Amino acid sequence: MLKDLITSIRTTAVLWILTAALYPLLIFAIGQLAFPTQANGSLLINDQGQVIGSTLIGQAFSSEEYFLSRPSAVNYSIGEDAAPTGLSGATNLAPSNPDLIALVEERAEILQAADIEPTADLVYSSGSGLDPHISPASALAQVDRIAAARNLSPDDLQTLIAANTEGRFLGILGEPAVNTVTLNLALDQLGNT
Amino acid sequence: MTAQQTETATRQPGGPRGNRRHTPKVNTSGLYQRAFREAFAKLNPRIMVKNPVMFVVWVGTIITAILTVNPFIFGPVQDEGPRLFNGLVTLILFFTLVFANFAEAVAEGRGKAQADALRSTKSETTARRLRSNGSVEEVSSTQLRRGDRIKVIAGDVIPADGEVLDGVASVDESAITGESAPVLKEPGSDVASSVTGGTRILSDELIIRVTADPGKGFLDRMIALVEGAERSKTPNEIALTVLLAVLTLVFLIVVATIPTPASYINSPVSITILVALLVALIPTTIGGLLSAIGIAGMDRVAQFNVLATSGRAVEACGDINTLVLDKTGTITLGNRLAEEFIPLNGHSMREVAAISLAASVFDTTPEGKSILRLAEKQGAKLDFNRNQAEAVEFSARTRMSGTDLPNGEEIRKGAVDAIRGFVRSRGGQAPESLEAAFTRVSELGGTPLAVCRNDDIYGVIYLKDIIKPGIHERFDQLRRMGVRTVMLTGDNRITASVIAKEAGVDDFVAEATPEDKIQVIQAEQAKGKLVAMTGDGTNDAPALAQANVGVAMNSGTQAAKEAANMVDLDSDPTKLIDLVTIGKQLLITRGALTTFSIANDIAKYFAIIPAMFAAAGIGALNIMGLNSPQSAVLSALIYNALIIPALIPLALRGVKFRPLTANQLLQRNMLIFGLGGVIAPFIAIKVIDLIVGGVGLA
Amino acid sequence: MTQGFFQLAIALAILLAVAPFLGKYMARVFMGQRTILDPVAGPLERLLFATGGFSNQRAMRGGQYVRAILVSNLVMGILVFAIFMLQGVLPLDPTNLNAPDWDLALHTAISFVTNTNQQHYSGETTYSYFSQVGALGFLMFTSAATGIAVAIAFIRGLTGNSLGNFYVDLTLSITRILLPISVVGAIALLIAGVPETFAGPAVAQTLEGATQYIARGPVAHFEIIKELGENGGGFFGINSAHPYENPNNFTNLLETIIMLVIPAGLILTYGIMAGKPRQGQLIFGMVFIFYAALIAIAAVGEFQGNPLVNSILGEQAPNLEGKEVRFGWALTALWAVSTTGTMCGAVNGMHDSLMPPGGFATLSDMFLQIVWGGQGTGTAYLFVFLILTVFLTGLMVGRTPEFFSRKIEKREIVLASIILLAHPIAILIPGAITLAFPEILAGISNSGFHGISQVIYEYASAAANNGSGFEGLGDDTLWWNLSTSFSLIVGRYVPIIALVYLADSMTHKQPVPETAGTLHTDTFLFTGVTAGTIVILGALTFLPVLVLGPIAEGFAIAQAALGLN
Repeated sequence: MLKDLITSIRTTAVLWILTAALYPLLIFAIGQLAFPTQANGSLLINDQGQVIGSTLIGQAFSSEEYFLSRPSAVNYSIGEDAAPTGLSGATNLAPSNPDLIALVEERAEILQAADIEPTADLVYSSGSGLDPHISPASALAQVDRIAAARNLSPDDLQTLIAANTEGRFLGILGEPAVNTVTLNLALDQLGNT
Repeated sequence: MTAQQTETATRQPGGPRGNRRHTPKVNTSGLYQRAFREAFAKLNPRIMVKNPVMFVVWVGTIITAILTVNPFIFGPVQDEGPRLFNGLVTLILFFTLVFANFAEAVAEGRGKAQADALRSTKSETTARRLRSNGSVEEVSSTQLRRGDRIKVIAGDVIPADGEVLDGVASVDESAITGESAPVLKEPGSDVASSVTGGTRILSDELIIRVTADPGKGFLDRMIALVEGAERSKTPNEIALTVLLAVLTLVFLIVVATIPTPASYINSPVSITILVALLVALIPTTIGGLLSAIGIAGMDRVAQFNVLATSGRAVEACGDINTLVLDKTGTITLGNRLAEEFIPLNGHSMREVAAISLAASVFDTTPEGKSILRLAEKQGAKLDFNRNQAEAVEFSARTRMSGTDLPNGEEIRKGAVDAIRGFVRSRGGQAPESLEAAFTRVSELGGTPLAVCRNDDIYGVIYLKDIIKPGIHERFDQLRRMGVRTVMLTGDNRITASVIAKEAGVDDFVAEATPEDKIQVIQAEQAKGKLVAMTGDGTNDAPALAQANVGVAMNSGTQAAKEAANMVDLDSDPTKLIDLVTIGKQLLITRGALTTFSIANDIAKYFAIIPAMFAAAGIGALNIMGLNSPQSAVLSALIYNALIIPALIPLALRGVKFRPLTANQLLQRNMLIFGLGGVIAPFIAIKVIDLIVGGVGLA
Repeated sequence: MTQGFFQLAIALAILLAVAPFLGKYMARVFMGQRTILDPVAGPLERLLFATGGFSNQRAMRGGQYVRAILVSNLVMGILVFAIFMLQGVLPLDPTNLNAPDWDLALHTAISFVTNTNQQHYSGETTYSYFSQVGALGFLMFTSAATGIAVAIAFIRGLTGNSLGNFYVDLTLSITRILLPISVVGAIALLIAGVPETFAGPAVAQTLEGATQYIARGPVAHFEIIKELGENGGGFFGINSAHPYENPNNFTNLLETIIMLVIPAGLILTYGIMAGKPRQGQLIFGMVFIFYAALIAIAAVGEFQGNPLVNSILGEQAPNLEGKEVRFGWALTALWAVSTTGTMCGAVNGMHDSLMPPGGFATLSDMFLQIVWGGQGTGTAYLFVFLILTVFLTGLMVGRTPEFFSRKIEKREIVLASIILLAHPIAILIPGAITLAFPEILAGISNSGFHGISQVIYEYASAAANNGSGFEGLGDDTLWWNLSTSFSLIVGRYVPIIALVYLADSMTHKQPVPETAGTLHTDTFLFTGVTAGTIVILGALTFLPVLVLGPIAEGFAIAQAALGLN
């Protein structure tokens, strides 16, 4: 028994060094040296050097100048509730839960009020609460509204949407997705130039 | 194909087995009435608790009975009139128990009937015990101990198992073998020196050394065994019992954990229905029939006139990989017959016949007699005074026998090698043609015996071996079942190989001594195989003990019978093949009924679950379209109860075994008991539901 | 729909192409044959063996093996518990997280030691980087390696070889399998966008001017072993739905395949090591059919969507609640069935929000624990079903049942039965107790039938060492932490101990030679009977809760939708 204990402690120690120290440090070093952008979170930094988000992390958009993002259970980790660690999360509402149906109805009404034909991804909340994407259909449904607000031609907007759409992997896997963060940033940049 | 279809020739010591398939006439009248009464007596909880599956049913019956008397004892109940329903459930559960007990009681009853028949022959008798000074004292047979010497005279019932020390007498063994012809008993001989307690001496008198203490005798063991009194569970039965107990425990947990989730969704479940579901799910079918299958298996062995010392041995028969068989009496008919004389050395046919006759005049073996007959047919006559000649007995060492004539001439017959040696020792020379004759006879599968007078070899007797009809097919069956056969024979290699080929055995050992037997067994066992063998002689005892299944012939010596774990009362070595089948049947029946039992659960679930959670809006699961929740539960339970008596005949008879490969067997049995087990209850429950609905019970 | 099922077919085809390679490779490793990694791993292993103190590599007997597992797991568990309780004073804690409550720390430690990674916390708000890397990341290797070692020992025992040395197999599993694949995979994830940094959360000024706190961390190295080792404990609370854990469909494919390869490959490894590759392939095929069927059930449910919502949208749309747009319904359903089948437990969409068929499929996966099965132990669960099938079928052909020429007798049936009992005891009993006090204990967030599913799912996930959850459940309570700890321990160690003893008793049996009377286990017939045994035993045990949970919920939704139209 004692022998087992000693062997276990020694094994734990050496395996800890290997898997909890050397291995993470190796990956950390490779990341920071070779792929610093990705390793640090694919952050978006504006001209002033300020962090304005991440290409991978969605943001809440409510103004009519921006393409709406999906409903989030954690409001995209925005505000003091999320400080200091940041948040992620989902509603975890079951399909049979009346609260879900009520929320969907509410969202559908808001969208209809904004003249946007409700689409599935805009009435269902996302998994992570940080989903940066909406479906191309949802983006197209918002074109007229943005065009009116920003005084842009729908055609230009459609081009912009296409430019910010991530296709299926290898053209097969996953769903085409429009990145609302980069799309809206592009809108802003369009306005600036 | 059963034995009696293939066996046409007679064999020693009795007639064809078919004539005396059943041990003493068993009185089965009133068997079922007695079993039915017994079934109620077995409801005693102290007996029930031995069978965990049925004990759960027993407890469930008590609970529903209480709920029939007072439906509200465990708390409020929603249904309107649950008393009738609870009462019906109680009744059905009660009959489930009775049916299961009935199955066991019928099986036991059959054994008991057989035991009673045996016991009737065995009563306390007075024995004449010989004191050391030779005087006789009269004692009760129960006072006899191992090693005592007793005297029995014509008309006595032999009071104990023993070995004949002195005297020659005929004994009626019909009490145990069913064979009516008396058997000759005499000392010294392997086959005829043992006597069994309970048999009757018909003529003369015998001095016997007692070989078994009272109550431990042959008959006692047999009675205990067929009665099931000493029935200990076999390894596979134990493993299966564990599995069934665990399944029962799993379902107990499943059912016990239903009420709280059901209450959570406001669909509370009544205790009666929970009990019903539990009883329907636990493997009552196999649980109720398991012990009956085991007892019936022993009973089948007994019906074949084989006495097994344990169920374990019977079960082991199914696992046998190798059968070690003596050629004589098993593969060939016991008696070789003289077919032809082959003259050598320029002697005439007439001369060879005369010498053969002279050599065999004292030979009382069937072979010897057949030589006499053949010689007489050829016109040979005895040309010396028989009374003045001297017999030379056969011995295993010299391997020859013969006659010393009054004029001093030595006539010998025996194995070709032995005679060659004899002739050489007398200054003679074996003719070259001897080898050719030897080969010719051997290649015919016969046994060549050389005959000589002094230093002159006269010729060769061709003893013809007759292979039993149908034996080849039986070995083919065994091979398909994965059982290898090894033939042991004292014959020379050529003869042995010819016979082996004709009989279809897988391997043979020629010129085998009894010691070779044990070596063959050990060699097979070293490869992990289970070996069965038959034997009768005292020198077979070590091999019988070494073999996993050793079957001694009843005609054999006491030593052989004690070393073996089975004794064949008919002394028929081919029975090993039937025993393999019985062993397999025993396992198959258990496996098949277990599979059937578990497969049945699917239909029962589909009957009871929708009824149970009727309030949860899952009516669509009622795929059988059963009348009402109550009717569904009752139908499932009625099916559950009735299937037990319905399967009793199968449990007692055993699932029919076919000599197929394992995969073919599995396919067949899975189709019948697996798939059949899934489908049958759907149909049966639906039919019962229609009847229950029609009668208006629920 | 067609496109979605095409995606599923492609993913499965990739799995079928990859698993045999890993299966063969693992067999080579554990049979001591030469592999490509010898020059690098050889010296490293010698160093580890020497420092660990088991250079002799003495083969262990059953009791020794069990003791080694239990003692080493206990030591690791204590170390990790200590790190949690001390994380406030340990480095790498940029958000100044203090020690969690003892019961949460205990549950987390047990959950990770048992390769379950059930999380009653959210990673970014509860555990410091040091705890995540030094405690959780460490156990992700060792708990997975423990499982592989047990599976290998079991295979060895079953085929009559000695069990081997636990410490050696534990180390080899890491140096030859887990670590090399992790290094390559982590780099691939890094390139694809998964972060690896020790810097604290980024604070961003969003386009609309709000302040966003973006949790980051050393994710890449953690993410890959999380999937590879069937661990499943997310660096972030929302697991692989989080864009930093699983940013795109390249990473999603990689992670899906990576979590399947070891359990799938191990089945083939078994066939190779046992000298019966055909049997390995047949079992692989059987599991694959189960797997594909469950995927189909879940995927159709998600594709058809929620009829109650569809009536609001005025069209049939897939159920996207709790799903990420980039993965869509098909790949989320694939992931859900894969993660519950392999006992990984990582999620890329919320299982609580799956349609009832999805709930049915994920629960069934965990009840059976053999649809690939977890790292090692799941493969071993398969053997238990094989042994039970051998027992029944063996009887049915009239021979004492034998498996690999070794007789299955009482001792083996007892040990297999103990494993059969583990799930009912660890899932149904605590589930029933919790549901007896729904207000006090349960913390159910979706009431009705789904509430039953939530509770049962939590215990099933713990007992099957899965780790995923119907996460709406309020599970960070003393009751949940302790009661699931019970299920975790029963679900992990009872089968492991029984399996090792089972293997040990097989090792010491005299093999029986094969004859025509031997039932061959590498046939379609036998495999089919095994499948039937699995389905029937599984269904008989769990049908009532499945009926009260997802099945009743499905009927209820259909009923409600009917009312709307």
